[in-house]
Amino acid sequence: MIINHPLLGPRDAQEFTFLGSASLIDRPDWQAEDALEQFSDYTYLRNDTGGENRELWFHEAGDRSWLVVTRNTFTHEITNVEMASDVARARGRSK
Amino acid sequence: MGYSGFRVIKEALTGHKGWKPAWRDPEPQSAYDYIIIGGGGHGLATAYYLAKEFGKKRIAVLEKGWLGGGNVGRNTTIIRSNYLLDGNEPFYEYSMKLWEGLEQELNYNAMVSQRGILNLIHTDPQRDAFTRRGNAMILNGADAELLSVEQIKKEYPFLNFNDARFPIKGGLAQRRGGTVRHDAVAWGYARAADRLGVDLIQNCEVTGFRIENGVCKGVETSRGYIGANKVASCVAGSSPRVMSHAGIRLPIETTVMQAFVTEGLKPIMPGVITFGAGHFYCSQSDKGGLVFGGDPDGYNSYAQRGNLPTVEDVCESGMALIPALGRARMLRMWGGVMDMSMDGSPIIDKTEIGGLYFNGGWCYGGFKATPASGMCYAHLLATDTPHKYAAAYRFDRFRRGYVIDEKGMGPSPSLH
Repeated sequence: MIINHPLLGPRDAQEFTFLGSASLIDRPDWQAEDALEQFSDYTYLRNDTGGENRELWFHEAGDRSWLVVTRNTFTHEITNVEMASDVARARGRSK
Repeated sequence: MGYSGFRVIKEALTGHKGWKPAWRDPEPQSAYDYIIIGGGGHGLATAYYLAKEFGKKRIAVLEKGWLGGGNVGRNTTIIRSNYLLDGNEPFYEYSMKLWEGLEQELNYNAMVSQRGILNLIHTDPQRDAFTRRGNAMILNGADAELLSVEQIKKEYPFLNFNDARFPIKGGLAQRRGGTVRHDAVAWGYARAADRLGVDLIQNCEVTGFRIENGVCKGVETSRGYIGANKVASCVAGSSPRVMSHAGIRLPIETTVMQAFVTEGLKPIMPGVITFGAGHFYCSQSDKGGLVFGGDPDGYNSYAQRGNLPTVEDVCESGMALIPALGRARMLRMWGGVMDMSMDGSPIIDKTEIGGLYFNGGWCYGGFKATPASGMCYAHLLATDTPHKYAAAYRFDRFRRGYVIDEKGMGPSPSLH
């Protein structure tokens, strides 16, 4: 697989490590009343039913940036690559 | 009619005209007591034990393709019970005991071969860890034996003992481990279940569940609606897809795992060996091919094929352990998609929907579990209580913090 890095251009997927679903960006509020339930869902439950999947890849052997890669899990086709920091900021995360 | 040596000779002398199909091809009825979704090893075993051990009737197995066409036909055929943790080891040892009696039980030659499995040790801390594991195995009634380098050299003289980075310092052997003819497991259970009246319905894909007031009443399929008192999903590799029809999210992601086989070679590998410094395991099939595999590809995938970096990685591991492997040509490679659970251990449990049961999350270790998985799932379906050896395999262990994380990897499915 070739990941089209927004800053560095096309890079071999071997340079990256894989973390998991991009939903991990949306960390729950630890002060919420149902924080236990929320964190349990956040940590363990997934909806990995195949097809388009947004996931976090880390450019470990490159510029060490986190990317959000949109990839089809049936065909391995990558349709979109974003900087995870941009995605997180757009979702209201401060840092 | 049963299979026997006498029968083979008789049929050989009479032109093989007496063989009949091993199972019927029934039309689905309008309703069953038990519907098992998935005609793989685990599903067929569940149906068999449900009929045999619990005396249940009106059982159907629904399979979207053909029997045994999923992961039971796409694995490296290894059986073993060399786990460490309390939630796992008794279950896998139970499975091993069922393997040992399986062929007589099913009247089917599944080529169960207890040729032994050897986990190699490359560092002193690893010897400590494997010694502990061996003790855990013995405490749970399994066999384990710590081997010295000299003992290993007698059995596997061709290994790279003095590798500069990964010298072999010993090994943990389980003599009762080995290999089984994987397809024959599915076929044996299918034939035995069919003879007990189980309807094995192929080309019948489940496309939805009919759920009324929180209770599952039946399944929508590509061959029409079929009602059921109890519906049991048993589709590891497709669990998130099937369960999403019931609106259930799972602690599971789906990953692809590759395996490889070389051309047929003269006998070299007496048992199963695993590399302790990388992730590589290898055995030799009765046809002579070296069957081997390594890590999963490491990202979510439903494609039954992997990517080349993993091929390179597995072959490098193999070459580090068995330099002679470089002279063999790789004949075939294949990928299977697997339920990777959040702690690397399976789930056999009820769901939040009445009458709907779940069996999955086998990661890439489901084959060895086939008999015990079937028995424990049948027990759950028949009695609504977990089998004593599968009592830890519950959905709520994640929320409660009772994960069974054999590798200590945390909730990253692709790392287990």
